[in-house]
Amino acid sequence: MSNSIVQTQLSNGLMLMLKEIHTAPIISHWLWYRVGSRDELPGRTGISHWVEHMQFKGTPQFPADVMDKAISREGGVWNAMTYLDWTTYYETLPAEKIDLALRLEADRMVNSQFDPDEVASERTVIISEREGNENEPFFRLGEQIQAAAFTVHPYHHEVIGDLADLKTLQRNDLYEHYHTYYAPNNAVLAVAGDFDTEKMIARLRELFEPILAGSAPPHPAKPEPAPAEEKRLVVEGPGETTYLQLAYHAPAANDPDFFAYTVLDSLLTGPTGLNMFGGGGISNKTSRLYRAVVEKELGISLNGGLQATIDPYLYDITVTVHPQRTPDEVIAAVDAEIQRLQDEMVSPDEVARAIKQARALFAYGSENITNQAFWMGYAEMFAHYDWFENYVERLAQITPTDVQRMARTCLQPHNRVVGTYLPGENGRENQ
Amino acid sequence: MKPTSQTTRSTMNTLPGPENVTRVQLENGITILARSNFNSPSVVLTGYLQNGGLFDSDELLGLAHFTSLALLRGTRRRNFQQVYDSLESIGASLGFGSGVHTTGFNAHSLSEDLPTLLDLLRELLQEPVFPPEQIERLRAQILTGLAIRAQDTGDMASLTFDKLIYPNHPYGRPEDGYPETIQAITRADIQAYHRKTYGPRGMVIVVVGAIEPQSAVEHVSRLLGDWQNPDQPDPPALPPIQPGEKSQVQKVVISGKSQSDLVMGFLGLTRKSPDYMPASLGNNILGQFGMYGRIGDVVREQSGLAYYAYTNLNAGLGPGTWEVTAGVNPANIQKTIDLVRQEIARFTRELVSPEELSDSQANFIGRLPLSLESNNGMASSLLNLERFDLGLDYYQRYPDLVRAVTPEAILETARRYLDPDRIAVAIAGPENGAIQ
Repeated sequence: MSNSIVQTQLSNGLMLMLKEIHTAPIISHWLWYRVGSRDELPGRTGISHWVEHMQFKGTPQFPADVMDKAISREGGVWNAMTYLDWTTYYETLPAEKIDLALRLEADRMVNSQFDPDEVASERTVIISEREGNENEPFFRLGEQIQAAAFTVHPYHHEVIGDLADLKTLQRNDLYEHYHTYYAPNNAVLAVAGDFDTEKMIARLRELFEPILAGSAPPHPAKPEPAPAEEKRLVVEGPGETTYLQLAYHAPAANDPDFFAYTVLDSLLTGPTGLNMFGGGGISNKTSRLYRAVVEKELGISLNGGLQATIDPYLYDITVTVHPQRTPDEVIAAVDAEIQRLQDEMVSPDEVARAIKQARALFAYGSENITNQAFWMGYAEMFAHYDWFENYVERLAQITPTDVQRMARTCLQPHNRVVGTYLPGENGRENQ
Repeated sequence: MKPTSQTTRSTMNTLPGPENVTRVQLENGITILARSNFNSPSVVLTGYLQNGGLFDSDELLGLAHFTSLALLRGTRRRNFQQVYDSLESIGASLGFGSGVHTTGFNAHSLSEDLPTLLDLLRELLQEPVFPPEQIERLRAQILTGLAIRAQDTGDMASLTFDKLIYPNHPYGRPEDGYPETIQAITRADIQAYHRKTYGPRGMVIVVVGAIEPQSAVEHVSRLLGDWQNPDQPDPPALPPIQPGEKSQVQKVVISGKSQSDLVMGFLGLTRKSPDYMPASLGNNILGQFGMYGRIGDVVREQSGLAYYAYTNLNAGLGPGTWEVTAGVNPANIQKTIDLVRQEIARFTRELVSPEELSDSQANFIGRLPLSLESNNGMASSLLNLERFDLGLDYYQRYPDLVRAVTPEAILETARRYLDPDRIAVAIAGPENGAIQ
């Protein structure tokens, strides 16, 4: 976090973020668009992710196989991700080859083809991607939990979209979505690595400034009303293992309470890192819920995760239930721990430990340039880069009282959805 | 295209070599490799010991793996919670796992905490007590892991494929065992296995991060330099393996799934084989380069049959596999198998084009700095140098080794290992996948 970044905006609204890092002859370039499943209305779910796939199908200047070959030839990596709030494209290349990525991203911001044959072929690829996800019990469970947790807000559906929409969306729907959201005024460009900032800005200006700004794209998400009561649901599926997921409505990343919640997460289920690439994580075997659930042999494993999002999303606690135990026994144990957190003040040592863990995770994430470039644009999607720069400092300001307040206000049964995956046929019911 | 002279210079400075990697052998047989990286205040500690699933009997398959996981369950000085408190309170992490030949460990921490981490590593290796209650808890966790594995189409296709390629061979057995073998393992088995096979001879420790190499070597020597196990056995010899005589297909039904996983391929080669580099470049052309090479192109891009379809060349101490993996809709299995077989046939019939080869050569050379950037990337590369006896200057010689491969060498190598008429095919997925 020591070396600062340079931030500027082009006349068409494109925000630039640059950070020189001269530890390896590498540059990582990221282009972020403010569009994700959060911007999708019923009937068009999965469209942002599908558009992301189509962005690899080429432009007149960079046909699909040419782009792919050109980057791979240089030993680079490139990929893209679509999430709830954003879609991002990145390339990490040997420093002197980065111009290729810059030209390519400037070009496909506006010139992608969306050839109807390619749309047809990608439809089955994405359906196959979804079918692969459906093989996983936690995907099936998570999809139902999101649907139950959000009745108004588009966080209702999975990023990959509903199968019905993947079967019916048409080329023009995709193209329109692309044109609406892929514009410089809806994007953030972040670049980190072995370059000279002034020269880099000049080159980015040359490539991106000629692109015209679009009209302000719509973000139709409506706030989710506060939940009135606990919801419970059951998903049945193959296997012999029972899974449990408790999803609590959680604060948005920009909410001052997000930091107290982060400490709460760390104490309850172990620290969640903000690294997308490498470095490694920290286990959670001394966390309160691991001790209460796994060490008591109610569960086989337990994890928790808090996401940084624009709108309030979910804090998930997931448990693989011990074959000799029931989900209700696990829920009772979790509730007892939460009650303890609400009744008894945590020790300052526990908070200090969460801070040390966050510091370590940052150090691991700083080992590679791709991850450092990722951080810049990522923070900008739901807050500002200073959110990120001040992250550890703001965690350090959290007091035991803050943690207790969060537990009392947010970790209430009415604020959650409890989902259980029960093995059906061929499962325990038959044993 | 060759890298410019400037790239070569700046890349060469960062590539590991005898001048910037410290390698020390202790008298008790431990080899230490250390390299500094002060870009971040963190450090990685990784390595292996000379024991693994090769020691397991069929009846107690999974004993090596079970034992490696059980090391963390308590020592003479610390119980399970205290072991993990030592790690998690400083934001560190440490894990063990056994493969067929070795038991590996991987750990990271802030560099200021490396002494703590090493001290714990020593204690876990030398003083585990395998508390009965913890062993039973761990057993239940492993058994649930195996129940989940039985439902995982990718895992089951892969496991079935290995059985086809390696009948009655240690490589054809899953290192984590089967439910009945895990049930059969006793705490006494674990204690005996640990007492017998854990020792310093052949152990390798790699330290990479914000620490001076000499200091890393001193820490390791002080903590592990006097470790002895006079009874430590040599690893059993690997039985010979012959490639299959004919094509085989085996299907595992996992009801209720949406997608089938497919693994198909051949017996491959060892990492030290002279065929390795041509096979590796050939593999890149066949099923990796860009978005999955030729196979990705026909299966995913042209036919829209799969989200993933790629090849892997697994080359280790013994002959590995050369395999294709794809996740497809059950209705498309046969179509996918046919397309893959056609691509393999073409690959064993025609020379790859000079453009394809130069693309993959450039990719292999160009990606080195990226793969060696993080402490983990560097540490696992150094570990490979040691495991396969490649020489400390291997990465500096690597560009020349890559450039020396010709289309003819790739074709010869492909013909030696790949034969579309003697392919093993394993499928795991729902009932309704029709295959001919």
